Amino acid sequence: MVFARQQNSSMPKKPGSWYLTIGTVLTALMLLYIAVGFFWTPYVPSAMSAADREAKPSLRHLFGCDSMGRDVFSRTLEGAGSTLSIALAVLAAGAVCGLAVGALCGYYGGPVDALVMRLCDAIAAFPSVLLALVVLAVTGPGKYNVIGALGVLFVPSFARLVRGEFLKYRDRDFVRSARLMGVSGLRIIFVHILPNTWPVLLSGLTIGFNNAVLAEASMSYLGVGVTPTEPSLGYMLKDAQGYLFTLPWCAIFPAAVVILLILGVGLVGEGVRERIGVAS
Amino acid sequence: MGKALLKRAGLLVGTLLLVSVLAFAAFSVIPGDPTTSVLGAEATREEIAAFRAQHGLDLPVWQRYWSWLAAFVTGDFGRSFKFDMSVSELVATRAQVTLVMAALSFALIVAISLPLGLISARRRGGVVDRLVTVLTQVTMSVPNFIMGIGLMFLFALVLKWFRPEYVPLEDGLGAHLRFMVFPALAVALPKSAMTVKLLRGSILGELGQDYIRTAYSKGNSQSSALRRHVLRNAMIPVVTFLAMAVGDIMAGSIVVEQVFTIPGLGRLLITEIGNRDYPVVQAIVVLLAAVVVGCNFLADLLYRVMDPRIDGK
Repeated sequence: MVFARQQNSSMPKKPGSWYLTIGTVLTALMLLYIAVGFFWTPYVPSAMSAADREAKPSLRHLFGCDSMGRDVFSRTLEGAGSTLSIALAVLAAGAVCGLAVGALCGYYGGPVDALVMRLCDAIAAFPSVLLALVVLAVTGPGKYNVIGALGVLFVPSFARLVRGEFLKYRDRDFVRSARLMGVSGLRIIFVHILPNTWPVLLSGLTIGFNNAVLAEASMSYLGVGVTPTEPSLGYMLKDAQGYLFTLPWCAIFPAAVVILLILGVGLVGEGVRERIGVAS
Repeated sequence: MGKALLKRAGLLVGTLLLVSVLAFAAFSVIPGDPTTSVLGAEATREEIAAFRAQHGLDLPVWQRYWSWLAAFVTGDFGRSFKFDMSVSELVATRAQVTLVMAALSFALIVAISLPLGLISARRRGGVVDRLVTVLTQVTMSVPNFIMGIGLMFLFALVLKWFRPEYVPLEDGLGAHLRFMVFPALAVALPKSAMTVKLLRGSILGELGQDYIRTAYSKGNSQSSALRRHVLRNAMIPVVTFLAMAVGDIMAGSIVVEQVFTIPGLGRLLITEIGNRDYPVVQAIVVLLAAVVVGCNFLADLLYRVMDPRIDGK
């Protein structure tokens, strides 16, 4: 009895506001960090300096130097920028295609919808890391191949998400009356239904972004992602593993950047879900 | 139930077929012939022709697919391009390692997340609950290979609880498991965090239901209401989630095996992708996907058994 009453009295303080606040602040800080990296790095990220080889973190080298004397701070700045741009490109490709497929399938339904959804099920049957590996095995490494491979992977999950939303709305009264008034199908999809789905889409986008960051870092770590000459947090971690005990800073800082990036965006998504009352 | 089951089983077979087509097609449309990468650039025309005939590469695609599939279902996965071995042999020894790791990860997820989820839901808003909520949120954000590197650093290098060298099963089951627990933990921790969160939310959701108020009014204490009424219902989404998690555990193993240099399926997959040894890659991909599809099917079944209402839909 006591327990049941407590439930109600402790309800008003929703943790959602905290998630959203902390997440937004953290994400903003990470974006600022990355934005700085686009314009300025204290050292040339690929420049090796024999004198600073294996230097500890200090004011001169904030995050220390790796075994070849490259400045870890500059390298994480550049690597994070590359990870972010790849993740955003993947997200854009996956979301736009997934949105189109999901909206059309959900709104019109029919045999094409059934077929497309089966195909999505089959693609979703592969764990995403596995599928990305397969696509990259076929295409070979490289920044644009990673974007293409992961982009394709993200289409089914977005398509399913959007389709579910469209199924929910397509027989609502406002859609029916629009149809009665002779509004075209495409206009109903984009002008009448789409705006209603944005909270769910936003939450899906945050999950997608994190999966993209995770997948990109994993692929580079496995050595099938971007080519070794391109900056990448995954590659840095792979290299750092050989010197884990002697040069731990080479692993700690890139790892922290990946984790904070995922944590920040994850919290934003969490906050959005709590606000709109969707179970995560 | 019977009809729905039959439909799901049909879907299962269909999805598996589609998966096999996708896996096969992916490696049949690759630009460039595998012969050049396997035999080397200076192979003579006769050698190439012999290699292509031996592996059936001179047949049309649909014929190759059909004979590959027919052999595959009988457990014959073809011959490796790179090693003079059948793929089944190559895969079997590696699969054992990965299976041990996956099973261990699964056990760890259950062992970690169930008590934590329960405690944090029971003491909602308490110190433990807040701590668990923060920890799960952070742990969820750590990619499993980074978790692996972290565990390696902490337990192998700083605390020296284990040596960062793979211990095969031949050295004794105890020693093998003692090593495998760390990579399994790397896979299990992020997944456990998600499970804790789901279980906590699910229990809290059930606690707000009318039937729980009735249970209290009939004189149940909090713990007996939890035990008798809440848990059974709250576990439904968790069990489904855990069954679906098997795919992610498998995928996680692929990456974490690299961190701990464990000779499992994942390592084989990565090296053979580098070697362009497609029969091996194809077999591993289809096997892993089959495990995932099978587990999703199982999740669906379990869901139907635990929540009979779903049949009404």
